[in-house]
Amino acid sequence: MSKLVRFAADILYPVVLIFGLYIVAHGHITPGGGFQGGAVIATGVALVIVAYSYKEVIGWIGKGGLMAREVIGLMGFIGVALFAFLFGMPFFYNYLAGQGGLFGVPVAFGPNPGELNTGGTVPLMNFAVGIEVWGGLSLVILYLLSGLIEKKDQEEEGS
Amino acid sequence: MIPDFIWTNAPALLVAIPLLGAFLCPIIGKISPRARNVWVGGIMLVTAIVALILAYRVFTDGTVLYTFGAAVPGLSIPLDSGGIPIRIIFTVDAMSAFMDIICAIVGFSAILYSLASESRNSGLEMYYTLFLLMVAGVFGMVSTGDFFNFFVFLEILSMASAGIIAYRVDGGVAVEAAIKYFVLSSVGAIFVLFAIGIYYGQYDALNMAMIAYRMQGSSLDMIALVMLVAALAMKCGAVPMHFWTPDAYSMAPSSATAFLVVASQASLYGLFRVLFTFYNLTLNAVTVGWIIIILGILSMVVGVTMAIPQKDVKRLMAYHAVSQTGYMLLGIGVGLAVLGNQPLMESFGYMAMNGGVFHILNHALYKGLLFLTAGAIFYRIGTRNLNKMGGLGHNMKWTMVFFIIGALAIAGIPPLNGFASKLMIYESVFIFNPILAIIAMVVSILTLASFVKVFHSIFMGPKLPEYAEVKEAPLPMLLGMGILASLAVIFGLFPDIVVTTLVSPAVHALTDQAAYIASVLGGA
Repeated sequence: MSKLVRFAADILYPVVLIFGLYIVAHGHITPGGGFQGGAVIATGVALVIVAYSYKEVIGWIGKGGLMAREVIGLMGFIGVALFAFLFGMPFFYNYLAGQGGLFGVPVAFGPNPGELNTGGTVPLMNFAVGIEVWGGLSLVILYLLSGLIEKKDQEEEGS
Repeated sequence: MIPDFIWTNAPALLVAIPLLGAFLCPIIGKISPRARNVWVGGIMLVTAIVALILAYRVFTDGTVLYTFGAAVPGLSIPLDSGGIPIRIIFTVDAMSAFMDIICAIVGFSAILYSLASESRNSGLEMYYTLFLLMVAGVFGMVSTGDFFNFFVFLEILSMASAGIIAYRVDGGVAVEAAIKYFVLSSVGAIFVLFAIGIYYGQYDALNMAMIAYRMQGSSLDMIALVMLVAALAMKCGAVPMHFWTPDAYSMAPSSATAFLVVASQASLYGLFRVLFTFYNLTLNAVTVGWIIIILGILSMVVGVTMAIPQKDVKRLMAYHAVSQTGYMLLGIGVGLAVLGNQPLMESFGYMAMNGGVFHILNHALYKGLLFLTAGAIFYRIGTRNLNKMGGLGHNMKWTMVFFIIGALAIAGIPPLNGFASKLMIYESVFIFNPILAIIAMVVSILTLASFVKVFHSIFMGPKLPEYAEVKEAPLPMLLGMGILASLAVIFGLFPDIVVTTLVSPAVHALTDQAAYIASVLGGA
């Protein structure tokens, strides 16, 4: 693509990333959540592939790293759920809610503007799902676009 | 004897262990293939043991509830919710436990078999990840008591199955079969989701017991019923929605095909659950019963007649799978048609349903076994074309024995398990309507004829020169087949024990809607 598009993509990529992470982090109090935030991040990957070529992007974003993100996300999710067994509670029990600390601020009854440090294990699971979808959906996009045929002369013209 | 932890948390572990195994499989696959095999086999063994423990608990203590995220697993209704079960609940009654047993047995045999049969392929950590996801999907579908959760597990199962069907790309043919399966399951899943939306809009509930409790049988409910029956009958491969089965079953690796049979039966379970637990007597039982019977008869006849001309051995078996699904639908349909008429239920309704449900177990055993033997032959000679086979009985003696057991069982020959359930279906259906019983018997004879032909063309005749060096299948494959074959023989020799301890409680749990509702809502 032209230099203009590449420049715009360079600027937009971190913004897309941060917006996606914002959706993930606020998943338990605003619309959205892990999956939606992860999908937004994956669109950032799609953006740079469109702006640059597949070969360049695969050098920056390794498939191994994305695969690792997928596994870490999934393990985090089931790990948070399994951790409840250590407290002698059922699977998926929310052992952090209302306990104080980073995730466990008790929620006041009735309408309130929304406190970020609430939700117990719910934000943790959102993080896990966000990381998983980041890796998984980016991999899907990479595989889908790996078949793109590049026109040689056009690429020379662009660079 | 059994640790308290497993005893209480068995329903959750049933899904948690295969999921954990699936997610860690890609990492462990990086260490070494041997470590991966041990990991996958161990995970499946533990899951199967947990499933059997859970089934034992259900058959001794009655329905087991497991409420995810609650303070106590049995606390289905939160104290401050006003009597509505809002959490996801696993409601494992006798019918669910029965399906759990099937999934545990076939899943373990198929994994054991796959350790040898797939060893020559690449990308195996992904194969096992998908396989364990399928196991988790089936366990979730048959155990859950929340209808949206049922949809989630149905999707997990469909995605993983589509991936595993496409696993051996095979010049794109397998991918085509997978896309066909994937598109159809997605359409089916949307129907299921739409039906869930109808229930949720009307009854403000997703919990199965709550929907059943509030069920009114309005015209919207009938629309939901049509969508669910169409979608789930498609997923279990009933004619006229059977066209994905031959492609999917024949192109998937054999160990996965054996488990795909169980996956279809999980959809069959969903169908029965909807008919009996959701609607029960609010339905016009005779009409819907006859619809199920006609679906069954069509599946039986079309399946077997399409099977006879096939030349691909796995495609042929896939059509037989369609045909055998018809028997289950026939048995359950007859039970449904006389539901609510207690004298008729006692005289033949329960027996027809016992036959239909028992046939699910038997079908999973012998059809799984047949697909595994076909896989063993493919593993050794590299073709599925019947015209190119011959004389393999000289070298593959154990495979031949297992094939005979499977073939005789599917044809309903006396000492084997297929006979036990088919006899129950024949006898009870004959009282209901003799013509249906005659059709069922004719289909059985055609099945026998078809398998005699297959047996002859695979194993009989002189040794072919190109297969002179063929060896017996490797030990893990023989062990996997052996488990299924020995169970097929044992269940055939002692059918009455199986029927009284497993099948009959399952059928009564299915028909007794009030007990299901009371187990979750506490006698409400």
